[in-house]
Amino acid sequence: MNHLKLFFITFFYLVPMGSSMAVEPDEVLTDSKLESRARDISTNVRCVVCQNEPIDTSNSGVARDLRILIRERLLAGDSNKEVFKYLVDRYGNFILFKPPLTLSTVLLWFMPLLVFTLGVIILAGALKKASPLKRSKTFSVSNKKKLDVLENEKEKD
Amino acid sequence: MRRFVFLTPLALSLTIGAFAVWGLLNDRNPSEIPSALINRSVPNFDLLPLPGLNSPGLSKKELLNLEKVSVVNFFASWCLPCRAEHQSFIKLSRNDDIELVGINYKDNDKDALDWLTELGNPYTYVGNDFSGRTGIDWGITGVPETFIVNKNGKVVHRFSGPLVGERFEEFKELLMLELK
Repeated sequence: MNHLKLFFITFFYLVPMGSSMAVEPDEVLTDSKLESRARDISTNVRCVVCQNEPIDTSNSGVARDLRILIRERLLAGDSNKEVFKYLVDRYGNFILFKPPLTLSTVLLWFMPLLVFTLGVIILAGALKKASPLKRSKTFSVSNKKKLDVLENEKEKD
Repeated sequence: MRRFVFLTPLALSLTIGAFAVWGLLNDRNPSEIPSALINRSVPNFDLLPLPGLNSPGLSKKELLNLEKVSVVNFFASWCLPCRAEHQSFIKLSRNDDIELVGINYKDNDKDALDWLTELGNPYTYVGNDFSGRTGIDWGITGVPETFIVNKNGKVVHRFSGPLVGERFEEFKELLMLELK
């Protein structure tokens, strides 16, 4: 039991360490402001080899090249936007983890809103139909007739 | 309204089902990234020749000056699939209507030279991309990758992975369409 605990503790301590280890010491910029911008950009850039991993944590060769490239662009005075554009020009929107709003991603962006609106419409329709006010009205009318009949019969008796 | 309410779940499940079937189709490769270069001009690059090789280096200018349909192949001596597809390019180099050029990706000069001596050099130009920067400019994800560039210097097709067997036939078909 204790061994298992120890294993899990070490494992979960090492996982975040391992993920930050992809950035090798020789890549890190001396300017900490630029370096944090570089880290920020590279967590949002998809590695083109191991596709669900950001280049910030990927150990593949291309990911390393791209990390170095991003830092070079930042040193050359590029804004974050310009760096992203540089990458998209070469690899397409696929390289971004957050898909930009384009004609082909309109559905992706607005589907939740669309489904929500549709749900509200359907729900409103269903609620209207099942409205207790409406039901009691029809109920009372038909019952009133029955009551009247019953009362008439009673009087005859 | 009532009919609409009843049909919505059916339409929704059919749509989701159709996506699921599409996702399972055999010829779909979800990990293949579409190239950003398609229908765009060849990117800027200028590469030195491989020392000791009789083929000249390669740049965008030279590629555009060819005024021929060209095939740009990224290769490396350390890449096994490149070895597998090399025979395809030897065959292709016999066609004079096509300019077959190579870019040696992140390779050691001597290894690349030995490799081309051993397997034959089908390329009229070989650019030496030791840093891999030209590879990034072409948006490659690894080697081998092969591009078809039309007479006007526009990239029209990109193939990632070795061009052997069926893939090579498919590639040749598209190439012949460009020659027309």
